[in-house]
Amino acid sequence: MILVIAEHLEGKLNRASWEAVAAAQQTGEPVKIAALGAAVAGVAAELAAADAAEVIVVEHPALAAYTADGYVQALAALVTAEAPAAVFLPHTYQTRDFAPALAARLGRALLTDCLGVKADGGGRLFVRPMFQGKLHADVRPLGPSPHLVTFQIGAYRADAAARGAAPAPVRTIAGAVDPAAVRQKAEAPFQEAKQAVDLSQAERIVSIGRGIKGQEHIQVAEKLAAALGAELAASRPICDAGWLPMERQIGSSGQTVAPKLYVALGISGAIQHLVGMKGSQVIVAINKDPDAPIFEVADFGIVGDLFEVVPALVAALNG
Amino acid sequence: MKIAVCVKQVVSREWQLRVDESNTWIRDQDASYELNEPDAYALEEALRLKERHGGEVVVCSAGPARVSQVVREALARGADRALLVEDDRLVGADAFATASALAAALKDERCDLVLTGLQSDDSGFAQTGVVLAETLGLPHATIIMEVQVADGALRVKRELEGGWFQWIAMPMPAVLTIQSGINQLRYATLKGIMAAKKKDVKKVAAPDLAPQHEIVRLYFPEKAKATRLIDGAPADAAKELVRLLRDEARVIS
Ligand SMILES: Cc1cc2nc3c(=O)[nH]c(=O)nc-3n(C[C@H](O)[C@H](O)[C@H](O)COP(=O)(O)OP(=O)(O)OC[C@H]3O[C@@H](n4cnc5c(N)ncnc54)[C@H](O)[C@@H]3O)c2cc1C
Repeated sequence: MILVIAEHLEGKLNRASWEAVAAAQQTGEPVKIAALGAAVAGVAAELAAADAAEVIVVEHPALAAYTADGYVQALAALVTAEAPAAVFLPHTYQTRDFAPALAARLGRALLTDCLGVKADGGGRLFVRPMFQGKLHADVRPLGPSPHLVTFQIGAYRADAAARGAAPAPVRTIAGAVDPAAVRQKAEAPFQEAKQAVDLSQAERIVSIGRGIKGQEHIQVAEKLAAALGAELAASRPICDAGWLPMERQIGSSGQTVAPKLYVALGISGAIQHLVGMKGSQVIVAINKDPDAPIFEVADFGIVGDLFEVVPALVAALNG
Repeated sequence: MKIAVCVKQVVSREWQLRVDESNTWIRDQDASYELNEPDAYALEEALRLKERHGGEVVVCSAGPARVSQVVREALARGADRALLVEDDRLVGADAFATASALAAALKDERCDLVLTGLQSDDSGFAQTGVVLAETLGLPHATIIMEVQVADGALRVKRELEGGWFQWIAMPMPAVLTIQSGINQLRYATLKGIMAAKKKDVKKVAAPDLAPQHEIVRLYFPEKAKATRLIDGAPADAAKELVRLLRDEARVIS
């Protein structure tokens, strides 16, 4: 049996949970899905639509808001009691926060950010990205089961999760949480003040990455943006360095955009960037590295030095 | 306040990756190395906390002999002293092994705060800091974008997806994993580099490592999507791209 840990925020199920369910179902093993919280009947009912052996609701007042300590305690007890063959989770920020501590407490291997599963004799290999996605590795978890595995967002399709003919049974158990042993105190999530630029409305975007080398070169990209009638955006390191304001950052911790045209200049295509722009209608990548993962999503590409290609593009557009 | 910062040495971004003959690791004999970027932000945050609250910054790294390079760099940027767990078996080690090695160095240090980057640019486990917290028996929080210290307690700003954040309060000592962009980095000055030569680097033995995983094969991923690559001199490629965007994709006029 594979135990999937679903994620929700204040009763709203995270779609990535369905992706982990799909990954579990595709192993061919029976699947159970667990959801933690204080009042999660709604989430449980939603999850019960899955083709699963059972939905387990782990309830405790101390689980009302997510904390690492609360989740580790409750899940350590649940995993021990259920003794699954493996535990699957979506590789969300929340999972990153508690899963390594859970694995350490259980003394089990944890493989993170996996893209797929391969058969390995009687066992399984997990495919995971390494070196910022430039390489992939087939990895065998070692030591006693259950191994814990997290899956990269988008590696499996949420709509590939099979639905059951009838709702799966829902079992509610009391979470094994000692509130006195929860050391973190979480405040309510918030968004920074409303952003001045809404890139989601832009028809065309020229986006720069670390390949732009220095703030003084941004004007190279600005000229292309002007010629295309495009907005300027960037990968995270550009905003981290303060070369462009944060509100122009595209990706998992920035804006999600789907313009008609997205031109990526000197962006390698890390997954955290791709999730913010891969829905674009047409993607153009200009990068000197032919193995850059950005070419995995690009419709058109030029392998070359952006400082040669971009001025040529501006000339071609204006000429 | 005594702050430890755990840093990792990773192959530099500019180095052209190649897979070795065993097909399980990179051919790194001629690799160039650098400080893992999120760890550089963790170090900067530690230096800023020391400037505000006083105390000491101890840099800690686990890896083969070559990692002394990033330790020296951290000392040059302002860390006061270093702990180095040197062991060739730590090349490509899993997060559990690395965390055990770091814990061996830190367990008797009684730090108020342990900082590390949220993940490494090479293996990208995003586990080491959290496993270290569990190993040391300390509370933790991850993907941190602001650190406030008052009255022996912490209040930290945790990044969530899509531009959301959340404040978390917790007692010290604690472990935090730091997100890139939390601050603006400083670089080593000549004076810092000179001063670093006199700073103390203590070597600590690595504990026995029980590997938690095994890389069976390392490879360049096959491309799933057929990108239309446009060859030729920049001027010709540019003209062809503009033609394709106008006439075929019809996304510009
Ligand atoms: C929790 C988390 C959240 C994150 N959120 C985001 C996010 O929201 N958005 C985001 O973008 N990233 C995010 N990141 C960071 C992400 O993982 C990558 O580190 C980042 O996207 C890399 O940016 P880059 O492509 O600009 O830089 P690099 O990866 O350094 O790539 C630079 C590219 O430029 C190319 N290049 C260099 N010189 C030239 C030249 N002269 N001509 C052409 N090409 C050249 C290189 O070949 C390389 O491919 C996040 C990371 C984490 C861990």
